Amino acid sequence: MSQFNRRKFLEGSASVAAATTLGTGASVFAPAAQAQTIAFKPEKGAKLRVLRWSRFVQGDIDQYMKNVAAFTAKTGIEVRVDNEGWEDVRPKAAVAANTGAGPDIILSTNDDANLYPDKLLDVTDLAEYLGKKYGGWYPAVHAYLKPDGKKWIGLGLGSAGSMMVYRQSQLKAAGFDAFPKTTDDFLKMAQALHAKGTPIGLALGNATGDGLWCNWLIWAFGGKLVDANNKVVIDSPETLKALEYGKQLYATFIPGTLSWLDPNNNKAFLDGQISATNNGISIYYAAKNSTDPKVKEMAADIQHASFPVGPVGQPTESHLFFNQMVMKYTKYPQAAKEFLRFMMEWEQFDPWLTGAGGYVAAPLAAYEKSSIWTSDPKNLPYRDAVKNLRPAGYAGKLGYASAGAGADFIVVNMVAEAISGSKTPKEAMERAQKRAERYYKV
Amino acid sequence: MLERLQNSRNALGLLFLLPAAVLLLLFLTYPLGLGIWLGFTDAKIGRPGEWIGLENYSFIAQDAVTQLALFNTLFYTVVASIFKFLLGLWLAVLLNKNIRFKTFFRAVILLPYIVPTALSAIAFWWIYDAQFSIISWVLMKMGLIHQYIDFLGVPWNARISVIVANIWRGVPFVAITLLAGLQTISPSYYEASAIDGATPWQQFRHVTLPLLTPIIAVVMTFSVLFTFTDFQLIYVITRGGPLNATHLMATLSFQRAISGGALGEGAAISIAMVPFLLAAIMFSYFGLQRRAWQQGGADK
Repeated sequence: MSQFNRRKFLEGSASVAAATTLGTGASVFAPAAQAQTIAFKPEKGAKLRVLRWSRFVQGDIDQYMKNVAAFTAKTGIEVRVDNEGWEDVRPKAAVAANTGAGPDIILSTNDDANLYPDKLLDVTDLAEYLGKKYGGWYPAVHAYLKPDGKKWIGLGLGSAGSMMVYRQSQLKAAGFDAFPKTTDDFLKMAQALHAKGTPIGLALGNATGDGLWCNWLIWAFGGKLVDANNKVVIDSPETLKALEYGKQLYATFIPGTLSWLDPNNNKAFLDGQISATNNGISIYYAAKNSTDPKVKEMAADIQHASFPVGPVGQPTESHLFFNQMVMKYTKYPQAAKEFLRFMMEWEQFDPWLTGAGGYVAAPLAAYEKSSIWTSDPKNLPYRDAVKNLRPAGYAGKLGYASAGAGADFIVVNMVAEAISGSKTPKEAMERAQKRAERYYKV
Repeated sequence: MLERLQNSRNALGLLFLLPAAVLLLLFLTYPLGLGIWLGFTDAKIGRPGEWIGLENYSFIAQDAVTQLALFNTLFYTVVASIFKFLLGLWLAVLLNKNIRFKTFFRAVILLPYIVPTALSAIAFWWIYDAQFSIISWVLMKMGLIHQYIDFLGVPWNARISVIVANIWRGVPFVAITLLAGLQTISPSYYEASAIDGATPWQQFRHVTLPLLTPIIAVVMTFSVLFTFTDFQLIYVITRGGPLNATHLMATLSFQRAISGGALGEGAAISIAMVPFLLAAIMFSYFGLQRRAWQQGGADK
C-alpha cells in the first residue's frame, strides 16, 4: 500500500522510541510535550450525540460514561451516548454519512472511515496534537485514518486484539507446554487437541471481529487480497497454500463454526467446549469477573498468545480496529473535537483502558505504559495489537474498495467455502477474485 | 371563480385527494424511483453515482452469490408460504369451532406476531445454537441423537431452520385473517348442506373453501410479499451464512449497499425483486380475486 510504507513505519517507530524514553504514568510526558496544548472553543449551546459500539466488557462502558460525565461537568456540554452492536454501527454510520444527519461523533470499526472520507470532519490539528503529546500514532492508524498521507479523517481509538485464547491445562494434556509459534506446530496442536476431544474453534460466519483470523491465514502464507497497486491478486498460489492448510485446520474444529458470529466462540469457550479460539480479552475478563465459581476457576487456566507465524516468516496479525469519526454535518465541530481531545487525554484515556481490562489496545505509543498491561501478565499480549496490526486492506491503499471488500466478507467467505469443502480452493479463490475486482474497479 | 370551485365535485375531489397523493408520491413513488435510478448508477455511500446503464444488472445476473440469493429467496418464500397457509388454515378452522377457552386460544395464537421480530429471531438463534440448542439438548437427553445438531452451520439445515422460524412468525397473520373470513360465512350454508347430507369434508371443500377464496387471495398475497422481502430474521439469525446459504435478496441488497457501500449494486438487487413481487400480485389479482363467480357468473 502506498500510504503504509517503510517511511510511515519509520515515522511511527521513531515516535514509539521517543515515547519510550519519556517515562511512564504521569511522567510519560517530557516538559516540552507537556507544554503543548490545543484549544477548541466549543460552540455556544453545543450538544453532542455519540454513537458507539456496545461494550463487550462492562468496565469499558462504565468508565467511558464516567469520562463523558466528567466532560459534561467541565464544559456544560450535554452528551448523549447511544450504543449499538458493532454490526449495526456500520449501517447507521453509512446512512448518516449519506443523508447528512445523525450523530455528531461515531465510533466505528475497521476502515469504515474510508467509505466516506469526504463526509468526515478534518481533525488533523487534533490528531497531530495527540500524536506529538503521546508518543505518536502507530503506523496502522496512519494507514486507516490518514489515507492521503496529509489529512486525518478521524482519530484512532484502539483495537480489540484478536489473540489466541487457550486452556493451558488442555494444551499440556495434548503434549504442548507452550502455544505454538509456527503454523506447522499450530496445526499439530489443533490435531492433538481434536484427538483428545478438546477441539479448537474459529469463527467462519459473517462475523465483523472474529472472522478477521481469515486475514491472518491468508497473509501467513503470503497471500493477499490486493497488491501495492490495488490490483486484486487473491487468486494466487500463496492463497491456495493457505486454503489447503486451512482445510486441515478446519478438520480439527468443533462442529458449527461455519455459522459462528462474534459471540459464539466466547460462549463455547466459557462452557468448556473448546480449548482454544481467537478472541479479544473478553473471554478472560468474563471468567475473572464471573459469579459462577466454575467459570471463575477457569480464569487461572486461560492464557493468551499471538497467532503463529506462517511461511512468510513474520507476524501477520489482523485485529479489529476502532476509529472515532466526527461527521462533517455536525453543528458543533469545535465541541466535538474538544470532546475527543478530552477523552483521549491520559487522565481519561488511561482509566478507560484500565476499566476495559485490556480489551482495547491503545493507538498511541505512550499508552504502552498504562498499568493495565503489567497489573496482570495475561493482559500483556494484547498491549501491542495496534502496534503490530496489519490493516485489512493489505497490501493496497485503504479506501472505499478495501472498506467495501471487508464489509462484504469476501476473504471470510472464500476461506469458509474452501476449507469446509463447499467449494474447491480454486473455485473459492476465483469467486473472491471476481467479487473483489468489482470493488477495486473504482 | 372560488365559489364555482367550491361547488365543483371534481375540484373538491381532487383537493381532498391531494394530501394522500402527496404522501404517496413522497413516501412511495420517490423512494422507488430513486431506487430504480440508483440501480443504473455506480453510486457509493457518500458520493453520487454516474449513469452506467445496465452494468449492475449484468453483473448481478452473473454473480454466483446473487444467483444463490435468488434461489434462496424463492425456496424460502414458496416453502414458508405453503406451510403458513396450511397451518394457518388449519388453525383458523379449529378456532372457528365452538371449543372451550376459544377467546384465550385466539389470543395465544397471536403471540408470535406481537413479539418484535428481532426478539423472536434472537430466541431462534439460541434455539439453533451449535453448542447450546435446547432442541439438541432435549434430543440428547432422550437418547435420540448422539451429537448436537448443527442447525446453522450446514447450508440445508440453515435454510430449513430459518424457514421454520419464518413459519412460526407468520402463521398467526394467516390464521387470524382467515378466521375473520370464516366468520363472515353464514351458518345457513352449513345448515343447508348438512340437511343435504354433506360430510364435514364436503362442507369444507364446497362451502368453506370457495367462500374463503377472496380472503385467501388477499392474505396469501401479503404473506408472499412479506416472506419474499424478509430481512430481520435472517439478519439476526445467520447474517446470510453459512456460505451465503441463507442470504435472501433483501439481506444481500443491504449487505452490498449499506455495509459494503455499493449503493448502485444494492439498489439493482432490490429492484430485481420487483418482477417477482409483481408476479405474485398479478397471480392473486387475476387468478383468484377476479374469478367470474365473484361477479355473479360462473368460472370458466
